[in-house]
Amino acid sequence: MNGCPCISVLTAIPVIGAVVVLLARNRNRRMTRWLALGFSLLSLAMTLLIWHYFNSASGAMQFQEQHAWVAMLGAEYRVGIDGLGLLMLLLSAIVVPIAMAASWQIEDRVPLYFSLVLLLQACLFGTFTALNFFHWFIFWELGLIPAFFLIKIWGGPKRTAAATQFLVYTMVGSVAMLLSFLALFLAVHTFDFATLAQLAQGGQLMPAVVAKLSTHRLIPHHLAMWIFAGVFLGFAVKVPILPFHTWLPIAYSEAPTGTTILLTGAMSKMGLYGILRILLPIFGEQMQRVSTPLLWMAVATIVLSGYSALAQKDMKRIFAYSSINHLGYCLLAIFAVVKFTGNDAGLLTQKYAAMNGAMLQMFNHGLTAAAVFWFIALLEKRSGGLQGRNDFGGLRKVVPVMAGLMGIALFSSLGLPGLNGFVGEFLIFKGVFPLAGWAAALSVLGLLVTAVFILGVIQRVFTGQLNPRWAAMPDLTTAERMALAPVIALMFAVGLYPQMLLAMVNSTAMQIVQQVRLAF
Amino acid sequence: MTWIVRNLWLIPALPMLAAGASALLKQGSRRLAASLAIGSMSASFLLALCAFAHVLRSGGVEVCNFGWLRFGNEWLRLGWMLNPLTAVMLVMVTFVGLLIFIYSVGYMEHDENFTRFFCFLALFAGAMLGVVIANSLLLLFMCWEIVGLTSYLLIGFWYANPKAAAAAKKAFIVTRIGDLGFFLGMMWLYAQSGTLLFYDGGAGCMEQAALAHMVAVTTAFGMTAATGIALLIFCGAAGKSGQVPLHVWLPDAMEGPTPVSALIHAATMVAAGVFLVARIYPLMSAHVGLALTPTTALQVVTWVGAVTAVFGAVIAVAQWDIKRILAYSTISQLGYMMMGIGVGGVAVGMFHLITHAFFKALLFLGAGSVIHGCSGEQDIRRMGGLRKYMPVTFAAYTVGMLALCGFPLFFSGFWSKDEILHAAHGWSVSQTPFYLGAFGALLTAFYMTRQMYYVYAGTWRLAPAEGTAHPPTQPADSTADSETNMHHVEQGDSPVQTGAGIVHHPHESPAVMTIPLVILAAFAVLLGFLGTPAWPWFQAFLDGQHVALDFAAFHGDGLLAVMLSSSLIVFAGLGAGWWFYGRKPIVSEAAPDAVGALQPGIFTLLGNAFYVDALYRMTVQRLNAWWARACAWMDRWLWNSMVQTVRYAVLILAHVDNFVDTTVVNGGFDEGCESVTVGGHILSLLQSGRVQSYMRMIGCALIALVIFLIWSAR
Repeated sequence: MNGCPCISVLTAIPVIGAVVVLLARNRNRRMTRWLALGFSLLSLAMTLLIWHYFNSASGAMQFQEQHAWVAMLGAEYRVGIDGLGLLMLLLSAIVVPIAMAASWQIEDRVPLYFSLVLLLQACLFGTFTALNFFHWFIFWELGLIPAFFLIKIWGGPKRTAAATQFLVYTMVGSVAMLLSFLALFLAVHTFDFATLAQLAQGGQLMPAVVAKLSTHRLIPHHLAMWIFAGVFLGFAVKVPILPFHTWLPIAYSEAPTGTTILLTGAMSKMGLYGILRILLPIFGEQMQRVSTPLLWMAVATIVLSGYSALAQKDMKRIFAYSSINHLGYCLLAIFAVVKFTGNDAGLLTQKYAAMNGAMLQMFNHGLTAAAVFWFIALLEKRSGGLQGRNDFGGLRKVVPVMAGLMGIALFSSLGLPGLNGFVGEFLIFKGVFPLAGWAAALSVLGLLVTAVFILGVIQRVFTGQLNPRWAAMPDLTTAERMALAPVIALMFAVGLYPQMLLAMVNSTAMQIVQQVRLAF
Repeated sequence: MTWIVRNLWLIPALPMLAAGASALLKQGSRRLAASLAIGSMSASFLLALCAFAHVLRSGGVEVCNFGWLRFGNEWLRLGWMLNPLTAVMLVMVTFVGLLIFIYSVGYMEHDENFTRFFCFLALFAGAMLGVVIANSLLLLFMCWEIVGLTSYLLIGFWYANPKAAAAAKKAFIVTRIGDLGFFLGMMWLYAQSGTLLFYDGGAGCMEQAALAHMVAVTTAFGMTAATGIALLIFCGAAGKSGQVPLHVWLPDAMEGPTPVSALIHAATMVAAGVFLVARIYPLMSAHVGLALTPTTALQVVTWVGAVTAVFGAVIAVAQWDIKRILAYSTISQLGYMMMGIGVGGVAVGMFHLITHAFFKALLFLGAGSVIHGCSGEQDIRRMGGLRKYMPVTFAAYTVGMLALCGFPLFFSGFWSKDEILHAAHGWSVSQTPFYLGAFGALLTAFYMTRQMYYVYAGTWRLAPAEGTAHPPTQPADSTADSETNMHHVEQGDSPVQTGAGIVHHPHESPAVMTIPLVILAAFAVLLGFLGTPAWPWFQAFLDGQHVALDFAAFHGDGLLAVMLSSSLIVFAGLGAGWWFYGRKPIVSEAAPDAVGALQPGIFTLLGNAFYVDALYRMTVQRLNAWWARACAWMDRWLWNSMVQTVRYAVLILAHVDNFVDTTVVNGGFDEGCESVTVGGHILSLLQSGRVQSYMRMIGCALIALVIFLIWSAR
């Protein structure tokens, strides 16, 4: 299997699909949708095949492909995946069909919509597999374009402002990141992540940069921090980390719900993936120096966004803030892992737990958030576009099956044991508590406020007196039930048997933790 | 490992599978849903009996652990265990659960969501049994949360009623607040002892090695890690078991159907908190060296329990809803259980837990029978004289009431409560819990007598009296009536016109509902004899020992004095109840309460439960809502304004740049070109085309040249 360029094939499938779908005319929309869905399921099948041949026991890069490109610029086509990459590929491959299913009711320019979704999937695959900054950055930036158009053309009333803010804000971060990497390139003449990581761990990276770039006025330590800040800004906007998150609520709320699923399910993970793949190995020492402010930012992300969700009236905004809250737990784990803890081996186990939890939470949140927004899309379809939490009422009487299944997805988001949302959170807190007890203690408020606003949604939408406007609302059709069944089943499966995913990522998690220098 | 221990997991798994199967059933398959639930529960009951028999023979702790997930180089393990405590709880939960399931078949017969009801009940039973057999604090926590979920689903079962939906949410949130402490305590325990398994061949967190380590570590406020962890986990127990100040969800939980109140909010789920404290008792009682005084953790448990015992009892005196009286009574009795564990240890608290489960379930099911028979009425002022109409219910209810009051010698409540009072009397720290407990016992007898007189004695107050016209009265509190909607009026009785509409005469409930009552009544009497001081079989069983009948034990240790004083207290309470409510029959529903007439201010205060709900609404809830609004405001105006500032700065820069570009640069360039053009124009004037001007120019130039040559030649 190692000879086959699996990853390039995987990345090419959605591209080909996008072209094929675009060539279809708007005449036969049904065919276009099914064609696009078919391509995304083909990607899923390919990803499962890669998983089958993946060696979970090793933490090294597998399925590597390397081709020279522009040697002078340090650009080469280099791809490979480890446990984390595979997990993200799997997540993208699952989230995209869900997004397509939730976009079924779009009637306007259908081929363009679905081809943009497939292009976005290709960019996701590219970002999660690239091992060279130049090639990685191309995919990172390229992904913004389909997202921008998806929001701008099919979005809600304030879509232009939302799309523009999303694009420009993310680009500002990316530009900062680009400048920092150019600084690194000037010093060491490589864009390769593995080489940069090795140099950083050997303690040679920053001295080389300093030697090349520093002036009399700049202390070497400060120069390193400035470069780190540039890269950090790029990821901070993408994840997002408070206070760089203000683009998110409006973007999620104005985007068509299928696109919101893509944004929350997959694109938000690009930022976390970048932190784990790039920031931690290369800038680990800088992160250690500012670990306490970083932990404060993570706690703020968890608590403040959770409480903001409580104050919202529109369901998409509620779950937009809820996404920020859930990703905050991953940040909490990652920033606790980079804390300098000397040579204490006992704490190493806690770091392994936190890192595994963070990765699992990335997957679980993607799945759960995609499911919740899918249900919101189903509600929108039945109500002609309404998505406010006070627009409904007593729906459980007329749509009991949808109420039950949406309840499962919502309780998973709440972190109920037995469903997938719990395990990641448990591992994260288990690891973070000994490493940064105060941060863990403050962050449990996030668990409480999540319960409050989710139960509030259930109470207002499904219980109480039936709103007479919806007395004739149809329940889930057989097709919808069959489409939802695997997603719900997956939630139970991961909740009851998380080892099936943890086996994939454990070696990689251990390796990432070990890359963080224990002494500086 | 014996067969029963290896297959102990079946006990919770069977009801859960039944729940999963009934979730997929249609609304109409009622018999199948009920059969699945009752069948699986019966099977679990039989297995629980096997487990009990096994423990009777061998005692001790047997575990079965397995790996669940792997992180780093180690496995996170879960497991189940079988020891005397487990066996006792298993038998109680499965037996009481089974009886209540059977009762529900009759009670919920007319409900359209019958199938859903049994699905949720089965899920609850499975999760509760999971809590009981869990050998890992994590597995216990997971099942604990699922128990909370099913409680939420069942309280809000009549979801069209906004009060039920709100009560369900309140229950979940309040217990979750307690569970935050539980969660943090669990993390801390994991960090300190490296495992969450209780017993693991010496390596478990409730075993000697881990405990010794945890009492040696000191943290903030001078507490040991053991105390800190125990107190945090106690927060979860306090939430689930309705201890003050997290008790507010329990009375509201009465919005759910009565079988739910009986099973979950009386016998089992609320007992889970007490059970948790019993499970982690080694941690709570862990100390360094000799135990001169009880540990801080146990002292906290005792005080909280004692306060709760009196708090609940005092409020129950002033309630009008038949179920709310029992709800506050449950809060009070849970306080007793906690106090019992605090002062006397696991056996004392657990004995009361087991006896309470039976007689409280009996009382709730009896109340349900009353409500069912009165076609949904829940206000005791609108009842009366039901002794005649519902004799079996009355008899069973009386047994339950006497057991709860602790009527001497024949009723289980006497023996179990006496154990607690005796232990409190001998508590070295303070005698106040004993006095609080005694006062609570007095109040218990009093309010239960009050309830009995209102409900069963006298005449039925909704019947029209001969010759007098009853004006339609407004019910003063509208807590009832959720069950009115769901009840189908029985045929065959002559209807009676009252202000509330046509109401049929109360009638006895069908056998499917009264037989469980009788069975529970029998146990409410018989169970007491398992724990008398003469034959403390229960206590010895929990310790894994055998003990013989010995009447001489009565004479030891001040026991007779406590027994005598508690009996006197019970009689005093019963007498006071008779004095206020029994001497003169209660004539009409508008008549004021006898105690309320004496002290209306205090009575109203108690009737509103010390306004704790209002206090929480004005403080915690308001703070929460305010903070949510503040975060949303910060989002719009603080973080967003930073972004907008950058945006405006960039826009201003763009405008300035535009200005510079158009006016300065471009304009400057244009102006330069202009001046060139103008200069050209001026110079072009030289090309006038007139010979005279050319000649003039040549002449001037010649003169200038001559002057120059002369000047330069000097």
